[in-house]
Amino acid sequence: MKPFTYERADSAKAAAAAIAANPNAKFIAGGTNLLDLMKLQIETPAHLIDVNHLGLDKVEKTRDGGMRIGALVRNTDLAADRTVRRDYAVLSRALVSGASGQLRNKATTAGNLLQRTRCPYFYDTTKPCNKRQPGSGCAAIGGYSRSLAVIGVSDQCIATHPSDMAVAMRVLDATVETVNPDGAKRMIPIADFHRLPGTTPNIETSLQPGEFITGVTLPKPIGGMQIYRKVRDRASYAFATISIATVLQPDGSGRFAFGGVAHKPWRVEAADARASQGAAAVATAAFAGANPTAQNAFKVPLVQRTLAAVFTEAKA
Amino acid sequence: MHANDPLDVTRRSLIAGGVATAAVASTPLGAQDAPALAQRAPAATLPVSLKINGKTRKIDVDPRTTLLDALREHLDLTGTKKGCDHGQCGACTVIVEGRRINSCLTLAVMHDGDSVTTIEGLGQPGNLHPMQAAFVTHDGYQCGYCTPGQICSAVATLAEIKDGIPSHVTADLAAGIAPTEDEIRERMSGNICRCAAYSNIVTAIRDVAGERA
Ligand SMILES: Cc1cc2nc3c(=O)[nH]c(=O)nc-3n(C[C@H](O)[C@H](O)[C@H](O)COP(=O)(O)OP(=O)(O)OC[C@H]3O[C@@H](n4cnc5c(N)ncnc54)[C@H](O)[C@@H]3O)c2cc1C
Ligand code: SF4
Ligand code: FES
Ligand code: FES
Repeated sequence: MKPFTYERADSAKAAAAAIAANPNAKFIAGGTNLLDLMKLQIETPAHLIDVNHLGLDKVEKTRDGGMRIGALVRNTDLAADRTVRRDYAVLSRALVSGASGQLRNKATTAGNLLQRTRCPYFYDTTKPCNKRQPGSGCAAIGGYSRSLAVIGVSDQCIATHPSDMAVAMRVLDATVETVNPDGAKRMIPIADFHRLPGTTPNIETSLQPGEFITGVTLPKPIGGMQIYRKVRDRASYAFATISIATVLQPDGSGRFAFGGVAHKPWRVEAADARASQGAAAVATAAFAGANPTAQNAFKVPLVQRTLAAVFTEAKA
Repeated sequence: MHANDPLDVTRRSLIAGGVATAAVASTPLGAQDAPALAQRAPAATLPVSLKINGKTRKIDVDPRTTLLDALREHLDLTGTKKGCDHGQCGACTVIVEGRRINSCLTLAVMHDGDSVTTIEGLGQPGNLHPMQAAFVTHDGYQCGYCTPGQICSAVATLAEIKDGIPSHVTADLAAGIAPTEDEIRERMSGNICRCAAYSNIVTAIRDVAGERA
């Protein structure tokens, strides 16, 4: 790791002020992604602002019947929360399918949303990567791309967003709550939070420099049959090859978000609209315009078959 | 061979790390502010107080020091092992404020004031923790390198089951959870054993849970 200085912030305001004073600073929450990347010198902050002691570790009901999740709530605690288990089961299921028990004990809600891609070339500092070093090229295009994106890709980057939690939050229409260094607050619908790579794969979210996530809100529960299905190379402790978060209602309507396929959790209105027509119709609509590589083209039929299994599970 | 696989960063990162150490002058692609970095002086050390295995210990560390390195290099607690140093193997598992974590992916300075339990604190020869004794009884190891992490993780796993924290294999999110073989295997997946002592590890943990296999 490159040398850095360290401070513990004692309020969200202090954290925002600290980042405003130091543009080379980064917030550190669980540290499970940031420190990994700092050890590899992919991230090289000059200053770390520890945000673990801001009291943002509560899960609360909101006035409109929804729920507010503090940015520092650990993945374990969110998955185990009684209300989440009962009313937002797809979120609980997505969380426990990610990482390991040890990692989930540290990983936070905000950190999980902001974790960076697992593209092998992003991790390999001897290879060109537009995300790590803008303008250097993309070693994944034409390289080893089995694990990478099949839709929403650009000729600059075909990376995926690796989070399971974010896919469930997308299907639940979550909103990310932030505060800027100048104190201004924002509510960002999760649909607009993660970006497609386009010509700037280094810019992964709609956050402004220094913008701090204070929490995530969920609308009031929508019931239905909630399922998270993750397909991976090992039965446990592996990132998703593909994943599906769904809420299916008794009247045949439904919502679908897909992980492991794009630079953001992938959800398409036209696919939701076809819920009553079954897996093939939904998958076809969701993956219209897919642009996979030869190595990851298998993901498109895999999504459809997995979705068929999800429909079967929902009827059981 | 890709970072998508939690187990598989090692070769690649070892190469990257090796290159960076061997050729100090060469900067990895992506460290855009290279000149500024080169001039960056090592940060001043910071005082950290940890309550380790019941005793308060004070150290001064470079902020880069992980909790794992603080334990091993500064506090002579070498029971906790370094396997991958990237959160992928579980060898470094310790219990902090009652919860198991990977000590390689957290900084010592982030734990100022925290209570830490390591394998040395669970029990000692002659006074073994029941989980340590069960690993011996059931031969839950071969080389023993992963074992301190396995045992810390196992103790915390049983506590998590007792607390009703669900896992990926928990069928009913609303019901209580039993320490079944499936539950234990899933919850222990963050601890890799290169000797593949898994079946005996599971037997040892179930024995402690009172579910004699
Ligand atoms: C071996 C391994 C396997 C894994 N497997 C999976 C998996 O299967 N599925 C999965 O989803 N994830 C997986 N993960 C990733 C894990 O979920 C993330 O590392 C974790 O969620 C990151 O959260 P954190 O709090 O530790 O983030 P940190 O590392 O602390 O931070 C990550 C980023 O977020 C920024 N940040 C943190 N908090 C805030 C805030 N409040 N406001 C603004 N910025 C902030 C930091 O500056 C940093 O850039 C795995 C990780 C490892 C190491
Ligand atoms: S796919 Fe994106 S992250 Fe991977 S090498 Fe190309 S630019 Fe980098
Ligand atoms: S040393 Fe492998 S997980 Fe920490
Ligand atoms: S006993 Fe050798 S690695 Fe587990």
